[in-house]
Amino acid sequence: MSLASLGTATLFGLCGAALAGIGLFIVIAHAGLLRRIVGFNILGAGIFLVFGAAARRGAAAGFSGDPVPQAMVITGIVVAFSATALAVALLQRLFDLTGRESLDAPAASDKQQAEP
Amino acid sequence: MTPLAPASVHLATPGGYLLVLAVTLPVLGVLAMLVVAPRHARQVALVTMAAGLVTAIAIVAELIRTGTALTYVVGGWQPPLGIALRADGLSATMIAMTAMVITATGLFARGLYALGPKAQDGRAPTTFWGLLLATWSALNAVFVGEDLFNLYVALELLTFAAVPLVCLDGRAETVAAALRYLMFALLGSLLYLLGTGLLYGSYGTLDIQMLSRLSEGGPALSVALALMIVGLLAKAALFPLHLWLPPAHAGAPAAASAVLSALVIKAPVFLILRLVLDIAPPHAAILAGQILAVLGASSILFCSVMALRQARLKLMIAYSTVAQIGYLFIVFPLAAGNEAQAPWETIAWTGGALQLVSHAFAKAAMFLAAGVIAEAFGHDRIADLGGFGRVLPISAAAFGLAGLSLMGIPPSGGFIAKCLLLTAAVLNGHPWLAATILAGGLLAAGYVFRVVDRALATPAIALVAQKPIPRRLELVALALALAAMLLGFVPLEPFGFLQLGRSGAMAGVAP
Amino acid sequence: MTMLLDLALVAWLLALAIHVARARDDQGAIIAFIAFGLLLGLGWTRLSAIDVAMTEAAIGGGVTGMLLLRAEARLRQRSSQPQTPKRTTKAAAAIACTVVAAGLALAVLSFPSPAPTLAPAAAAALDSTGLGNPVTAVLLAYRALDTLLEKVVLLLALLGVWSLAPDQLWGGAPELRQTVAPPPFVYLGRILPPFGVLIAVYMCWVGADAPGGTFQAGTVLAAMWLLIMLASLRPAPETRRTTLRLLLVGGPVLFFAVGFLGFAVADGFLSYPEGAAKPIIVGIEAALTVSIALTLGLLVAGPSSRAPAP
Repeated sequence: MSLASLGTATLFGLCGAALAGIGLFIVIAHAGLLRRIVGFNILGAGIFLVFGAAARRGAAAGFSGDPVPQAMVITGIVVAFSATALAVALLQRLFDLTGRESLDAPAASDKQQAEP
Repeated sequence: MTPLAPASVHLATPGGYLLVLAVTLPVLGVLAMLVVAPRHARQVALVTMAAGLVTAIAIVAELIRTGTALTYVVGGWQPPLGIALRADGLSATMIAMTAMVITATGLFARGLYALGPKAQDGRAPTTFWGLLLATWSALNAVFVGEDLFNLYVALELLTFAAVPLVCLDGRAETVAAALRYLMFALLGSLLYLLGTGLLYGSYGTLDIQMLSRLSEGGPALSVALALMIVGLLAKAALFPLHLWLPPAHAGAPAAASAVLSALVIKAPVFLILRLVLDIAPPHAAILAGQILAVLGASSILFCSVMALRQARLKLMIAYSTVAQIGYLFIVFPLAAGNEAQAPWETIAWTGGALQLVSHAFAKAAMFLAAGVIAEAFGHDRIADLGGFGRVLPISAAAFGLAGLSLMGIPPSGGFIAKCLLLTAAVLNGHPWLAATILAGGLLAAGYVFRVVDRALATPAIALVAQKPIPRRLELVALALALAAMLLGFVPLEPFGFLQLGRSGAMAGVAP
Repeated sequence: MTMLLDLALVAWLLALAIHVARARDDQGAIIAFIAFGLLLGLGWTRLSAIDVAMTEAAIGGGVTGMLLLRAEARLRQRSSQPQTPKRTTKAAAAIACTVVAAGLALAVLSFPSPAPTLAPAAAAALDSTGLGNPVTAVLLAYRALDTLLEKVVLLLALLGVWSLAPDQLWGGAPELRQTVAPPPFVYLGRILPPFGVLIAVYMCWVGADAPGGTFQAGTVLAAMWLLIMLASLRPAPETRRTTLRLLLVGGPVLFFAVGFLGFAVADGFLSYPEGAAKPIIVGIEAALTVSIALTLGLLVAGPSSRAPAP
């Protein structure tokens, strides 16, 4: 049993590593901001799985996993959701104001005058 | 069962509850603000600021009185299961600096929002007060945090407070700047969190003190520290990850820019310092220090030149921020310490801390002065500001005095800081860093004098302010600039307060 | 056998993530992401983390998916697609990300054995809290400060979202429904909520001893509320309303109050008096559930899009 559970933990830990890589790729290589926000969520999911692997490996004292990293993941999921909500709201505002959904248009701020 | 089973290293001290107050009081102000009528938000903020300032003073006094770090174990649950808060001399310095800059900014914002034609209980003023206080709590939480995951939550709190500040005025460019800032900050937080997960998987604790005692190298430790430091660098806007900073800091309202540039980016810098000094094994710390110093030196040179080339005052100040942050990173090899001296006993340690604090005061003063200028003339194009010193003499003086500190001309905190760093660079045999410090000073002189020259110019058509500016607003900026100058009277030697609570903590790994 | 199941699950997860990276349109990517979130919930059960599985499925798959789909529908009228980065940029990014993933994999493989764990410490301390679910004990006792700050993070995100409303709409209500709601939706909106509320109350109540708790319950409540608003059965409230704001801050304020009470009646901030820990924690969780549900719902609803009634 312990060998099997070790296998599961490591397998999902490696899955987390791969997901983090894929998420990072989406964040870096996609220009569309909505897709990048999804990428952040996949990166986050990968990170949480690394915590999950640590938690599963730490099964002891009658618990099927170490509760401390599990609780951290729950906190992390909620924080990630808040970040997604703020990013989406900013993106919608940008879209309402400019009709764009990416940041790659030339920044005009250098030429604009400052407004107080 | 636990292979490492570290004994707890945290003993609560009597004054430890002050740290809880430092973290929670501003946030309680935010909660109160959400409930009271919007027109009372300002009063709540001012009361909270008074309380927070008293708390900060009490923390410094308690540290001086006891001569040792303050520690609090939250809920009585000892780490690694629970969370400890701890303030040593450096943390207390940061807390005091934060309290002063936030209070000054609050007084400034109170005056500025009173000028506006719009109702003071509108969207921007009300939100500003809440975000300002939340920023304060988050900063204090970063400065006293001992647990890496708790620090992650504090960093996210800081992000969520800082990003909306950037686009308070609602223009499209500032929304884009805020979004870009959020992308960098989130990427930074997630890389930091990833490192935290690896550390937990390897050591079963996230308490910095414990990690500092039991870290023996390994692939997980190296990968974790590399990820965390890169993540924090993105948040600290060190070259080449600085692209988000100038539009964000230049586009924010003046009071927000002051807080963002003076304080918010110091939080990740402070954490990098703790990771490198407290957790990284000695050989890794040396390597990391060298890489960080190269990036810091590039920041100084590249962004000082960029600052010289800016047409707008606020963008120039923002680029200057990235350049000045660079100085904090060349501290790493200079304060590396040796057999005879621990890092915090070196002059570079004092120099770095002084640079951090004097930059906070000087930069806040500059942004506030620039805010007054933009408010008075309706723009901040440097070329069209000829003779602004006659209209706004106090703001011009504040800008000039703050500029002295950035250049490193006596008497100013910046002078002492750069002098200490220069001495350390020469003594430790880092001629390139010494040359960079000197070149950075010259470039800073270039961009500051460009503005001072405009202030003293006599244009053909005299510049007139579009609206009257109350003296009070200008005086806040001047007070901050004077604070940066007063730091110039700190003696030129390792400063005892900054070493408080350090030596004992590191006994286990001191080389 | 179970190993095969795990391998299949991992392969599915990776395939969906790659689909998100490669899909042409955002809608396809988001739908793949929602499926990813639900499968990931399943993955968490395989890691014996039922509390996390419930949170992931509810928030990661459910509410985040709803948020993204709404955003996508709104952005669909955009004039131009963002330009795709150059091939070389993509290749460089792919190499960098592969290096990061490989480094991570190496680090995961080098985790020490036996694994360091705080499970024994958490178990030993569980008695003094009177709780049966160790995850709840970590969230609300051992590391309550994290949870407390994270509640503030949620409220702050909401303040940030609200601050994006145009000036003249500040204090008004968000608008959820785009067009007239289809009848089956209205039907669901009438039928489901009572059950949802029951489930949420149950989850919150058992959370002290069994998997479940305030986040999961709050998310279920938030989903029910969003359903009602989307089906146009009830409009979204005006964000300036005092009752709404009192409910929003109620949970965190109670949490802070109990924390400070610890100075007077227990061992200091966020410590609970001996023997009374469990009822206090259940009380905090109940208040937090309401605050979380409202915050999550309002985060999905977005900034106000109607001027406040005079």
